[in-house]
Amino acid sequence: MNTMIAAPALLSQATAASASEAPEALRAERAAGHREFEANGLPTTKVEDWHYTSVSAIAESTFAPMQGDASGVTAEQLAPYIFSTSWPTLVFVNGVYAPSLSQTDNLPAGIRVLPLAQAVGELGDVVTRQLGTLAPAARDGFTALNASFLGEGVVVHVSKEMVIDVPVHLLFVVNDAGVGGMQHPRILMLAERHARATVIESWVGLTDGTYFSNAVTEVTVESGATLHHLKVQREGRNAYHVGTIEARQGRDSHYVNFAFTTGAQLSRTNVYTVLDGEGCGTTLNGLTMLDGEQHGDVQTRIEHAQPKCFSRQMYKSILDDTSHGVFNGKVFVQSIAQQTDGKQTNNTMLLSKTAQVDAKPQLEIFADDVKCTHGATVGRIDETALFYMKSRGIDNDTSRQLLTYAFAADVLETIENETIRDELERITMRRFTSVTD
Amino acid sequence: MLEIRDLHAAVDGTPILKGISLTVNAGEVHAVMGPNGSGKSTLAQVLAGHPAYEITGGEILYHGENLAEMDAEVRAQQGVFLAFQYPVEIPGVSNAYFLRAAYNAKRKAKGLDEVDPMEFLDLVEEQLKLVDMDPAMLHRSVNAGFSGGEKKRNEILQMAVLTPTLAILDETDSGLDIDALRIVANGVNALKRPDNAAIVVTHYQRLLNYIVPDYVHVLAGGRIVKSGGKELALELEARGYDWLLEAVA
Amino acid sequence: MSATIDQLVNREYQYGFSTDIEAETLPPGLSEETVRFISAKKQEPEWLLEWRLKAYRRWLTMKEPHWPNVTYEPIDYQASSYYSAPKSIKGVGSLDEVDPKLLETYAKLGISLNEQKRMNGVAVDAVFDSVSVGTSFREELAKEGIIFCSFGEAVREHGDLVRQYLGTVIPYSDNFFAALNSAVFSDGSFCYIPKGVKCPMELSTYFRINQATTGQFERTLIVADEGSYVSYLEGCTAPKRDTNQLHAAVVEIIALDSATVKYSTVQNWYAGDENGLGGIYNFVTKRGKAMKNAKISWTQVETGSAITWKYPSVILQGDNSVGEFYSVAVASKMQQADTGTKMIHIGRNTKSNIVSKGISAMKGQNSYRGKVHILPKAEGARNYTQCDSMLVGNECGAHTFPYIEVQNNSAILEHEASTSKIGEDQIFYLKQRGLDAEQAVSMIVSGFCKEVFKELPMEFALEAQQLLGITLEGSVG
Repeated sequence: MNTMIAAPALLSQATAASASEAPEALRAERAAGHREFEANGLPTTKVEDWHYTSVSAIAESTFAPMQGDASGVTAEQLAPYIFSTSWPTLVFVNGVYAPSLSQTDNLPAGIRVLPLAQAVGELGDVVTRQLGTLAPAARDGFTALNASFLGEGVVVHVSKEMVIDVPVHLLFVVNDAGVGGMQHPRILMLAERHARATVIESWVGLTDGTYFSNAVTEVTVESGATLHHLKVQREGRNAYHVGTIEARQGRDSHYVNFAFTTGAQLSRTNVYTVLDGEGCGTTLNGLTMLDGEQHGDVQTRIEHAQPKCFSRQMYKSILDDTSHGVFNGKVFVQSIAQQTDGKQTNNTMLLSKTAQVDAKPQLEIFADDVKCTHGATVGRIDETALFYMKSRGIDNDTSRQLLTYAFAADVLETIENETIRDELERITMRRFTSVTD
Repeated sequence: MLEIRDLHAAVDGTPILKGISLTVNAGEVHAVMGPNGSGKSTLAQVLAGHPAYEITGGEILYHGENLAEMDAEVRAQQGVFLAFQYPVEIPGVSNAYFLRAAYNAKRKAKGLDEVDPMEFLDLVEEQLKLVDMDPAMLHRSVNAGFSGGEKKRNEILQMAVLTPTLAILDETDSGLDIDALRIVANGVNALKRPDNAAIVVTHYQRLLNYIVPDYVHVLAGGRIVKSGGKELALELEARGYDWLLEAVA
Repeated sequence: MSATIDQLVNREYQYGFSTDIEAETLPPGLSEETVRFISAKKQEPEWLLEWRLKAYRRWLTMKEPHWPNVTYEPIDYQASSYYSAPKSIKGVGSLDEVDPKLLETYAKLGISLNEQKRMNGVAVDAVFDSVSVGTSFREELAKEGIIFCSFGEAVREHGDLVRQYLGTVIPYSDNFFAALNSAVFSDGSFCYIPKGVKCPMELSTYFRINQATTGQFERTLIVADEGSYVSYLEGCTAPKRDTNQLHAAVVEIIALDSATVKYSTVQNWYAGDENGLGGIYNFVTKRGKAMKNAKISWTQVETGSAITWKYPSVILQGDNSVGEFYSVAVASKMQQADTGTKMIHIGRNTKSNIVSKGISAMKGQNSYRGKVHILPKAEGARNYTQCDSMLVGNECGAHTFPYIEVQNNSAILEHEASTSKIGEDQIFYLKQRGLDAEQAVSMIVSGFCKEVFKELPMEFALEAQQLLGITLEGSVG
């Protein structure tokens, strides 16, 4: 069985990158990344977790590392992607941190947010303790590739018992200057015990050119801490995006992730968490809206490793034209994870005859005292509801738009922060009401 | 009918009951009250024979026989009935079938013939009225998808059908609104006879407005710290448990 | 509590005896010669030999699949014998001259081949190792134009029919085990129901493996012509032996326009002991093709085999066709079951319904693997899937791998799954109402399996009851 695609051009770039100058703290992980990438390449569709998503186009590509030219990007261009100008925001343009577009002086006490290179010096321990331990290079080809380019990225560190009300926004932007390039940022988040914070990871393309974003985020949520983590993926229409989030949670912690996906021609979002402390829980939700020929794949993996933990998942997709959506949700329950309470729902709405969805909600359970359920539905707009609305005098198009929006709003409502929720609801509303323009 | 002598019981090695003595005669209603964690639910579970509880001392005589030596189903067949605080759901098994199986198990133990489904249905329909239950409930799975009030009424229905000699009601009032409470209490009162007895375990006095006890016992720290008549319940309602606990300490 | 459940899941295997009978057994080994030998032994026409050889050559190029969630030592395909038949069987198809030893064996298994003694009118084709012992009720069925006989006889007597349909649903190249079966299948059952005929009795095949080191490779082909109806039952047992034996069967069903085929299995192959020693490797390919307005319904109760690899499937080819899959799979001791179904929706307004109940106990591992594929032209397709798992003890595992692939937006799919346990609280509750522990467990299990048991024909419902030691009364109605 052929499980790897060699990616010769990417490999030679990785070889060069991993050998270049780097701080001591990053060197070993770079070497590991290079070694693993050389050995494993990228996964083929014969690999179970990549069954519905072919990455051969990425493997055959000749992307070069982006050079970080921020000269063509203005604050006005970024304005539509900034949720609030009063929030601390770190902007990366074409793969490199852009201090001139960022705003960090408004960070409250108790939270530190630093570019990776700076963090290596100032937060040494936070970096070395986490880097490559939650998302080891051996995980898969994309994580290995990211590791071999280690250099750019962010570290978010919330000190113990600090409750940070203002969200922190990490914004990764690519414009025409980044076309033909690739970026491999690494993001580390650490919420110490009983801390509470919200972090948004945004991916934005200001170009219709082709480029490749390959991010890895490692998250530690210590005992009693709560971390809200949103990933808003609005890459360019011809971009490739692969993003892996790997979290590990302590006792009584709560990790909340929301994945909002509308961009890229080919995207893959992995959200993995290990419930590693008694009584902790995770809530993973997401909304994917695709059209044209877009391909969007969301994969979750929740590992119940300790007793009395809960997990909640709700993923919705709205697929139009010839787009292809994939959802693969795995829940593992280890034999010691008694009294696990797991619930997963996955609903897809197909707006066109040619849109396609593949879903694989998967349960693997080795403990006996568990309550796990999953449900999946695929369908189009409910004809009865449509008829009901029309019979009340609402025209066909408006009825359809409202029902489509309602389908999406259901999951958007779970977002705790009002500003983010309102903005994503507005984007969604605009998307469906502009369909009939 | 029931004589509990210096009963000690533990769960997972942790002692919960630390010397309970209580005598219940035919025709009596005993209320067992107490704050959370006092051991009152444990007492109910031990009497019914829950396997998680270990009797570490003392004895329980039921009609002069050692109750502790009987399996849970034998106790049930001999007329001990526990109305559960949290009735258990059994998906796929119809209420009617379940009730008949329990009814016949008891008859079989007495050496009587089993009753057939038709005969049984007539018998149950009478009892349904007692707890104001829709006959359609008989064809639903045991407790599955029942509301809290429906589950408790279902417990009293089972009690009505099985006609126990000793009924133990474990916090049957918890989570019930006043209407449901009245229905449940009426059911219990209607089943009262000179030859049976009831132990009503409750945290709140309000149930005792409807089911009037002959005796009230207050449990704390695994012991009965005070016994009295029905007026003791009213005093507890007015003054709470703290004064009693302080007096004991 | 666990002691009771253990008793339930760790019953003594009742069919573990073997029959001492003189047999003609091919020495272990597999080659083109083996294929030719089997074909010659069965006096097959040239076309069938050619088909077998093509399958064999294809098989040589294929690799054993390792995607199921099961583990076992590599199988040495040369160590098994591919043909074994009691010498006393002359292959006449009639039951009149059957060796009394064989009749006795079947009687011990609870299968009466004597037509007079049959009260409930189930026609049986009894397959013993590689050959059919005989088929009952043939004449009575023939009056309706129904053909029900051993596969070997069908090839000789109804060659054109067999040739027309063989391999049309499961081509010899379909998968590794189907290819192996196509090359070396030795016997099996054939059934043809003519246009508009409702088969007046249940038809059944009873498979018995007797010889040690023999694999059983039987093939069943059911053709239901337009507007016909048949209910087909399959049972299987094998002696208790320390070594693993391979059973790689193929069942092909063709339901032509408006036909209905109901296929029920109670699979009780020897499961091996609690240390995983011995037991049958049950690697089976079952698939039906439903044409316009046709319906194919698979019901299975899987309690035996060391390893089960089995996905009875339906190709919903014709408009308005219906596919169903109802399954109870028990994995206890060291059993591993990877079973489920595939529903391939091709025609318009096709419907499929999947209900899977998995019970895992002791060190058993139970996986549900199912695929629902809605192709672009399957306008208005519907699927409902429910898969529930019950765990008993914490050394076992339950896994669900549902694949949902939708290429048409008018489809509606719903999938629900749950995992629960037999809890001490449930058992205590029932005991408190006067039921003993065994009754309590039975009641809980039968409630859990209710939706599947009500699909079983009466005869099988009784057998399933016996197998799971449960009462069905409470689970029906």
